[in-house]
Amino acid sequence: MKRIYLDNNATTAVRAEVLEAMLPFYREQFGNPSSIHWAGRSVSEAVEEARERVARLLNARPEEIVFTSCGSESNALALRGSVVFSEAWNGHVITTAVEHPAVLNSVRFLEKQGVAVTILPVDGDGLVDLDLLEASIRPETLLISAMWGNNETGTLFPVAEIGAIARRHKVRFHTDAVQAIGRVPVDVQAAGVDLLSLSGHKFGAPKGVGALYVRKGTGLTPLIHGGHQERGRRAGTLNVPGIVGLGVACERAAADLDLQVPRIRALRDRLEEGILSRVSEVRVNGHRRQRLPNTLNVSFAYIEGEAILLFLDMKGVAASSGSACMSDSFGNSHVIDAMGVDPMMANSNIRFGLGPDTTEEDIDFVLEILPPIIQKLRDMSPFYSEKAAG
Amino acid sequence: MYSDKVIDHFTNPRNVGIIADADGVGEKVSASCGDRMKIFLKVSDGVIEEIKFQTYGCGAAIASSSMMSELVVGKTLEEALALTNDDVAAALDGLPAPKLHCSNLAADALHEAIKDYQDKG
Ligand code: FES
Repeated sequence: MKRIYLDNNATTAVRAEVLEAMLPFYREQFGNPSSIHWAGRSVSEAVEEARERVARLLNARPEEIVFTSCGSESNALALRGSVVFSEAWNGHVITTAVEHPAVLNSVRFLEKQGVAVTILPVDGDGLVDLDLLEASIRPETLLISAMWGNNETGTLFPVAEIGAIARRHKVRFHTDAVQAIGRVPVDVQAAGVDLLSLSGHKFGAPKGVGALYVRKGTGLTPLIHGGHQERGRRAGTLNVPGIVGLGVACERAAADLDLQVPRIRALRDRLEEGILSRVSEVRVNGHRRQRLPNTLNVSFAYIEGEAILLFLDMKGVAASSGSACMSDSFGNSHVIDAMGVDPMMANSNIRFGLGPDTTEEDIDFVLEILPPIIQKLRDMSPFYSEKAAG
Repeated sequence: MYSDKVIDHFTNPRNVGIIADADGVGEKVSASCGDRMKIFLKVSDGVIEEIKFQTYGCGAAIASSSMMSELVVGKTLEEALALTNDDVAAALDGLPAPKLHCSNLAADALHEAIKDYQDKG
């Protein structure tokens, strides 16, 4: 059976050229970059080269890049690190209802410590009201955290406009760009970002490596104390192979924006239009235009998402769902819920995340097998037959 | 994550549909995830002659409905009333812990349908 992987928002395969670049750093160049001897030196050069590559992709300076273990750590460091640094435990943080749990739960943690929190609602497309955002800023506001691209729906926030608001009010701006890297241009200068999180495994680097961009002059208290690595912002021996891989992946991501992304966007659109023309009562979740080019989140009336995923999986197609039946807490996806989607529609949302390996045949195969799956499940659903009966 | 039996019943569910002139109809909605199961019965001489179901829910819920329908067709109402949620889950070679409530839906909806039949009688 052919295997079709359409869950690239969950994770991606390590790119061949990334893996190749990493391999020497396991056995030949195994040194600790903090060591001054020959074994450490060449490794530390490789780490600095990777840092430059990450910085180049973001239009940042190398010294503004802090390597971390993943996107969640980057988010935690940005949020907790900012508040602890400010020592303003009665300060205020603004975020949005559709953030990744790594941000939302970090914010909730801070709230328990006494920080005031504003969680901005979103509209049906998953966008925030910028006037409301600006009006939420108080004298004690320390930080705004708003994601670049949503992991579930792909909706893109107008980061540059949020950055401009933050600037105007002299508030720090953090953005979780974990899903955006390699899929849309990410420029920290143009967007006026102070802190930006990214994660390697979402764009062809391995799991276990990420980075936080920290604008020069943005004070942060580390989460991990110890040695002086990363200019005192993150202790711990560096994950050298991962960092080297992250550097190469960033370099390739820049090239892919021109080479791959238009192709992926066209395939995503083909999938979306194909589903909309073949299946009735479908809702596309997320903004139709301001959206990550690889992401399609759709809901199908009358049925439930896990059942759809199981049938897709039996045909070799890997996708994901934010259905209530998929979650331990039996709540629908907080993202789809926040968009005010009807609970039954929310319960059948399926996310397709395309990637560089996705082909037109893959998409056509999904378009061939999906409508019968939907019909089969609808034929079992009491809601569907009741609706047909009027 | 799911046993072969669950996958089998989910892929080829038995007794899906409705009975237009059912003797008893029952349904149950899960409090946890909003899933819903509807059962239709044909009863003669105290025996379930025919059973059909409709389910809105996950793979485990669909498989549980299907398995339940197989377990009780041809059984007396007393036997069907004695069917427990655990029986359904056991017949499916078990369900993952977070999915046990989906099998509850099956036995509960069946019992509702029997009650409906008995109330009418
Ligand atoms: S019916 Fe919702 S988890 Fe099974």
